[in-house]
Amino acid sequence: MAEIEEGDIILKLDDVTKVYSGIVAVKHANLALRRGAVNVLVGENGAGKSTLMRMIAGVEKPSLGRILLEGKEVEFNSPADAQKHGIGMVFQELNLFGNLSVAENIFATREIVRGVRGIDHKAQVERANHYLDKLDAGISAETMVEDLPIGQQQLVEIAKAISLDTRILILDEPTSALSAAEVDILFKVIGELKAQGVAIVYISHRLEELMRIGDYITVLRDGQITGQAMVKDIDTKWIVRSMIGSDAKDFAKSVDHKLGGEAFRAEDISLPRKTGGLAVDHVSISVRAGEVLGIYGLMGAGRSEFFECVMGQHPHSTGRIFVGAKEIIERDTPARIKRGLALIPEDRQREGLVQVLSIAANLTLASLQKLTRFGFHISGQREQAAIREAINDLSIKAPNPEFDVTSMSGGNQQKVVIGKALMTNPKVLLMDEPSRGIDVGAKADVFRTMRRLAGEGLAILFSTSDLEEVMALSDRIAVMSNGKITKVIDRAEATEEMIVKAASEGHKSTREFA
Amino acid sequence: MTTVTTTQNAQAGDGGSMLLTLMKLRTFIALFAVIAFFSIFAPNFLSTANIILMSKHVALNAFLAMGMTFVIITGGIDLSVGSIVGLCGMVAGGLILHGIDLQIGYTVYFNIVEVAIITLLVGVAIGAVNGLLITKLNVAPFIATLGTLYVARGFALLSSDGQTFPNLVGNPDLGTTGFAFLGSGRIFGLPVSVWILVVVALAAAYIAKYTPIGRQIFAVGGNERAARMSGIKVDRVKMFVYMFSGFCAAIVGIVISSELMASHPATGNSFELNAIAAAVLGGTSMSGGRGTIGGTIIGAFVIGILSDGLVMMGVSSFWQMVIKGIVIIVAVVVDQAQRRLQQRVALMQLAKKD
Repeated sequence: MAEIEEGDIILKLDDVTKVYSGIVAVKHANLALRRGAVNVLVGENGAGKSTLMRMIAGVEKPSLGRILLEGKEVEFNSPADAQKHGIGMVFQELNLFGNLSVAENIFATREIVRGVRGIDHKAQVERANHYLDKLDAGISAETMVEDLPIGQQQLVEIAKAISLDTRILILDEPTSALSAAEVDILFKVIGELKAQGVAIVYISHRLEELMRIGDYITVLRDGQITGQAMVKDIDTKWIVRSMIGSDAKDFAKSVDHKLGGEAFRAEDISLPRKTGGLAVDHVSISVRAGEVLGIYGLMGAGRSEFFECVMGQHPHSTGRIFVGAKEIIERDTPARIKRGLALIPEDRQREGLVQVLSIAANLTLASLQKLTRFGFHISGQREQAAIREAINDLSIKAPNPEFDVTSMSGGNQQKVVIGKALMTNPKVLLMDEPSRGIDVGAKADVFRTMRRLAGEGLAILFSTSDLEEVMALSDRIAVMSNGKITKVIDRAEATEEMIVKAASEGHKSTREFA
Repeated sequence: MTTVTTTQNAQAGDGGSMLLTLMKLRTFIALFAVIAFFSIFAPNFLSTANIILMSKHVALNAFLAMGMTFVIITGGIDLSVGSIVGLCGMVAGGLILHGIDLQIGYTVYFNIVEVAIITLLVGVAIGAVNGLLITKLNVAPFIATLGTLYVARGFALLSSDGQTFPNLVGNPDLGTTGFAFLGSGRIFGLPVSVWILVVVALAAAYIAKYTPIGRQIFAVGGNERAARMSGIKVDRVKMFVYMFSGFCAAIVGIVISSELMASHPATGNSFELNAIAAAVLGGTSMSGGRGTIGGTIIGAFVIGILSDGLVMMGVSSFWQMVIKGIVIIVAVVVDQAQRRLQQRVALMQLAKKD
């Protein structure tokens, strides 16, 4: 590997560590950002890229380590603090006020005022239009932000960051909602900023974009920096290798068992997006009893939305769903649960658990009717027995099932959500990112449980954005991108490069049409 | 060094749990405090006659507060209960006095049991309207029930042109006598309304603890999205709580008319505020998910005894309002402190384990 040129370093992270309650998000990272260059950051979801950038932008403070700006140690207490030092960031989640106009958004907190006469709206609109024109956005600065499609909202966010006249500009997945033409314009603007000496940090999952625009590249895995190089010296294979690493995680070995007949089929599932286009784009897939189907895709690929359609959470979705040989006509969640579908939601806190209830009450929440006598009296005996069984089956570490569910670790909370779903006796289990936010030991438990359930004849669909996971756990792999399934392949034939490539294919095809 | 820190931690933990137990029992402590205070300072406070009188006052608020508790646990609010009390009182009074005119020369009169059932159904129906507004038309509970508050009160006033239905003794020929039993009758020395309270309270406590709908009420209030994802019919649960609240309000309407042997359309004005106060005092969390029927009953007793006791001591009614307000605020402050302490103690226990 060639030496990395020193370049003109503006900001340096020196041995920085960030710890959240119990989770180490970034471990002893050293990172240098160069002036007049595009510094690319890449890694899987949860690798710590965003955390790293949030520390530079003043949103988070490092638990350990120093931030050096032009050689001097600095401390940012708030994003405003960082902005004062010339650091601007476009966040992955848009931070715009939908109820205000584009100009008001761009100049929020630093309005152009004319003394006591208040805000100079005309000047703001003029200045805002200037930045928008630079981006060829085709948006009037007087439009309400909520009336814009998501891609244009992203452009507004970028215009806002440019208007700050920053020395360091951080772009966290800026192209996730942009069309190919808009991406080209963005890259042109990035080129201009680069020429002005701005240090740009660019985070993206789309490898071909990184290769096109990057100067320096840093790869993160599990909170650690695993590779740093000049982009001109490397290829996508190198990136994938550094992203995945070689040390195998503790995956359950697949038990050989015969697959049964078709247990689940989805035909032509579509879901319109609020801002236009399809969040789920004519997805059809079939799973056999005892089969584990891994759905790989990046954030926003439509995996969660697909699962929610299957569970009947979206009244506007179209398409047909079969469990066994029978079509499910009912459109509401309770009926679909009764017909043998169950979902482990991605967001455990918001959609999986009722925090104020005990471990026991959470476990039985979805299957209370089964535990009643005379149809209305919850039988204490039956409930206790069911709870004991679930706790043993899933090896949930619960000292007392009557404790609040929030008193347990994330991994055990996840097991409770799984236990709740299993108590409804499903035939098809949908698991949305089942390993998200849980520790290694609990992950291994969850994976073992998945294999065991498959062995017992359950059809399992799980989504993940962890390549290693999808390769190790699935019998078959489906790749989703931009709402479409772009590839379905047996595990034996799949390679990591194939999957990574398919994961951005959905965007390419729109490029051809565009 | 290590030993010192561990013992310190242990002490802090024990002190914390002691304080926590005290805080959890705060409604009981408040109840005993008001009883002790007034038995010393208010003459005749502990006389049988006074206790029975107070229990009748408390019962009225307790009914409303129970219905309110379920509603608040789902994360909603029911402002219309006071008006339902008024309207249901008028319905019961009107049925006894005038019956239903069929417009073809006949008038149907009902016996007291039928009158009570019809009145209860009216209460449940208004609750159902609240529920439909909130679930099907997506109106915020505060606004929906504020609307029915006005509508129900308006109908109560319209029903008699603002007049009172007096003298509800009924007519023996029409079989409409016996209404007084509910308000002033006694069974084993206790007022009938108190017996009804015992039955309804036991039923409500049973629903909360041993039935699927009860568990679902807590789940909906704790995390509506997760409840939906778990296949709970959230709309049905909400319908139930508002209908139950309407049912409780209808009971109060009947009991008050029976006690006075007259129905006045302005009856029940601002009762909803007392009901909310009792529920909150009993540990019901306004953000949903927490609360007990037992706590609410005790809360109703604290408020009822406080106001009756202050009257007996001759405290001005203006000061009574000030005192009631302070008690409610203190109760919620302590509630918040308890929640924080509980989290601290739980964290400390976790840390000790590791």
